[in-house]
Amino acid sequence: MNFGRGGKGVGAGSMSAAVYGGVSDQFPAGLRVLVVDDDPTCLMILERMLRACRYEVTKCNRAEIALNLLRQNKNGFDVVISDVHMPDMDGFKLLEHIGLEMDLPVIMMSADDGKQVVMKGITHGACDYLIKPVRIEALKNIWQHVVRKKKNEWKDLDPLGSGVEDGDRPQKVSDDADYTSSANEDNWKGTKKRKDGEEEVEERDETSTLKKPRVVWSVELHQQFVAAVNQLGVDKAVPKKILELMNVPGLTRENVASHLQKYRLYLKRICSAQQQQNGLNLAPQDAPYVPLSSLNGFDYQAVAAAGQLQPQSLATLQMAGLGRSGSKSGIGITNVDQKNLFCFENPKSRYGDGRHQQQIANAGNQPNFLHGIPTTMEPRQLAHFQQSSQSFGNLNIQVNTHATNCTSLMMPMAQQQPRGAILNEVAAGNVSRIASQLNPSNGNAGGLVRSVVAENCRGQVYNPVVTQGSSIAVKHPAEFSCSSFPLASTPRIPSIMSKMPTQDDINSRLKAAGGFVPSYDIFSELQQHKSQDWALPSVGLNFDGSQNTHPVQGNFDVSPSVLVNQGISSDQKSEANRNASPAGSVTLLPGQANGQTINQRQSINQHLIGLHVESLPVPKVDRDQNLNSQHTLYSEQFGQDDLMAAILKQQQFGLGAVEPEFDFDGFPMDNLRV
Amino acid sequence: GYLDDQFVQLEELQDHANPNFVEEVVALFYKDSSRLLLNIDQALEKKPLEFTKLDGYMHQFKGSSSSIGAKKVKAECTLFRDYCRAGNAEGCMRTFQQLKKEYATLRKKLEAYFQ
Repeated sequence: MNFGRGGKGVGAGSMSAAVYGGVSDQFPAGLRVLVVDDDPTCLMILERMLRACRYEVTKCNRAEIALNLLRQNKNGFDVVISDVHMPDMDGFKLLEHIGLEMDLPVIMMSADDGKQVVMKGITHGACDYLIKPVRIEALKNIWQHVVRKKKNEWKDLDPLGSGVEDGDRPQKVSDDADYTSSANEDNWKGTKKRKDGEEEVEERDETSTLKKPRVVWSVELHQQFVAAVNQLGVDKAVPKKILELMNVPGLTRENVASHLQKYRLYLKRICSAQQQQNGLNLAPQDAPYVPLSSLNGFDYQAVAAAGQLQPQSLATLQMAGLGRSGSKSGIGITNVDQKNLFCFENPKSRYGDGRHQQQIANAGNQPNFLHGIPTTMEPRQLAHFQQSSQSFGNLNIQVNTHATNCTSLMMPMAQQQPRGAILNEVAAGNVSRIASQLNPSNGNAGGLVRSVVAENCRGQVYNPVVTQGSSIAVKHPAEFSCSSFPLASTPRIPSIMSKMPTQDDINSRLKAAGGFVPSYDIFSELQQHKSQDWALPSVGLNFDGSQNTHPVQGNFDVSPSVLVNQGISSDQKSEANRNASPAGSVTLLPGQANGQTINQRQSINQHLIGLHVESLPVPKVDRDQNLNSQHTLYSEQFGQDDLMAAILKQQQFGLGAVEPEFDFDGFPMDNLRV
Repeated sequence: GYLDDQFVQLEELQDHANPNFVEEVVALFYKDSSRLLLNIDQALEKKPLEFTKLDGYMHQFKGSSSSIGAKKVKAECTLFRDYCRAGNAEGCMRTFQQLKKEYATLRKKLEAYFQ
């Protein structure tokens, strides 16, 4: 097969091809497919079928190998087909990783055609789901996913995207010998617009500085994005306004639009995940937030975003999350708080309701992470969380107003968390709540943090909210079991524990922020733990300010653990964990753990445990050493709340349940009941 | 009716460039499935039965069987999994014996096919 790309890869001509990802004039021939399946029979058949479609096939029987291949060769593949059940790594996790790191279209396949599994694939961001035995007809069409994705990217990059004329194409592409627009034209008649756009873009790329059609959503960028979205309100955020708010030169409305779409998906995922897990209705106020649980890897992002703690980390996380369009953030956060990210959406909506926050604050579902927080996170199970999350959400809103970003993030987070899921949310919510608290009304600065955390959990890149510095201090760290991950925008998950912004920090921040959402601190913590790609915003971690408002201080510690647990549990269960991070699962750390994402979970858990212990007594500083370092931004509320949340969570989860590694039992938080 | 449409697909994939494709696939299937069957056999000897594990093995086995179009074997797999989920050890054992018989028959048929 000759692929414009395959063969050449050089020169202008190849550029086009390269840009397109290998789309040559013979497209879809030459499409570079990576197939991953542990079943050798199946692998062989697929390879044969794909070759029959004139694709360039690379097969792999282990997920790890596949990931390495993809990492070494970032632009070496156009699409990935992966089995769901594999011995070394869960297919969904792989899906998340790919989405986050490489943003390639991933097609899942399995002999299992159960609705749940298929749904899971969708929520994790798979472009398609094939049922085995796979027929060649099904494979013939997979190129559509590649084109679709490129199209979205092109649109982002190229303002002309849709307006290019065919006529122009040929001329423009003439430079790219290989491109041969004519060929393309023939093939792409249908997708002409796209092609044109693409070609144009390519042209531009060559000529302009835009090398890649894709916009790289760095952590910072994502944070800015999230901040803008939060400011506008999740529901009201339109690309144009976001673009204006972000004020980033070179960024187009299309870029923002597609990123927003992913972000929304992420939020939804988080929310639904949480919902599922919790079974609670998100909310009296925010039902949407629930998904936290689904957030697995993404949560971190959310958290990160929220906390801005580590802009980078969050951004990364989120980006990954977003890139994935949902998927599984196998990245690390995975289980935990992916949902959170989505949950943010809810909060966002709530965002507008400052009141909600208050309410939520009162609800205090969360396990009392925030001691001081009116929301009183009760250890109750998620149900409470949800409510609290809601309140948190509100809180966030309130807080957000200050922080703007944070709260938005937080809000969703708060809502979602059904405990496991909530963690994320809680984190987020907490953050928000905390934030709100901080704010005048609630005095839970911690809430803010949580939100942030929650966001992080999502894994999606929501760095946003928190970053603003809103003191999302989601206090609910404990609750956020899920969210914890997200909190840390910096992927540093493992450090999350440490990060969980010492409550002191958070407290102080909160104070300072006055409703600022320290949530980011938490995130940073999370991130630390995460060490994975998730750049959990250390949002919550900033706890510098001893949040006075929240009693969370003690709780914060919890959060980290909570998060950790989640992370850990998530790892174990991988998908299952995410959502519910069942007891013990990290979810506790809404604030903290978020960053930690799953992989780190273990470390996080440990941290959490440590955090718990530590955090309790010391609202801030102790919590997260990491956090502090990470985010000094948000610290305030976040750290505390998160910790609290985490702690609470842990308790709730019966710490024991959490991962045995943690030995949470040390947690005094009885309320945590998740 | 031992092989379904999927097998036909495999045949269609065979061409002058890949003249022994079907045979290769089937050989691979034998190898992989033998290993799986052995694992299942061993697992079935443990008491009490680890249904989750068995279900996992069977899921894999079902996947490969369906890939080559082994209809009857696949049906037994499904049945086996049902029993697993129900925690019915007796049912599992019985079904597995049946499955092995079908598998043996399939192999014989395929051998004849390749002659």
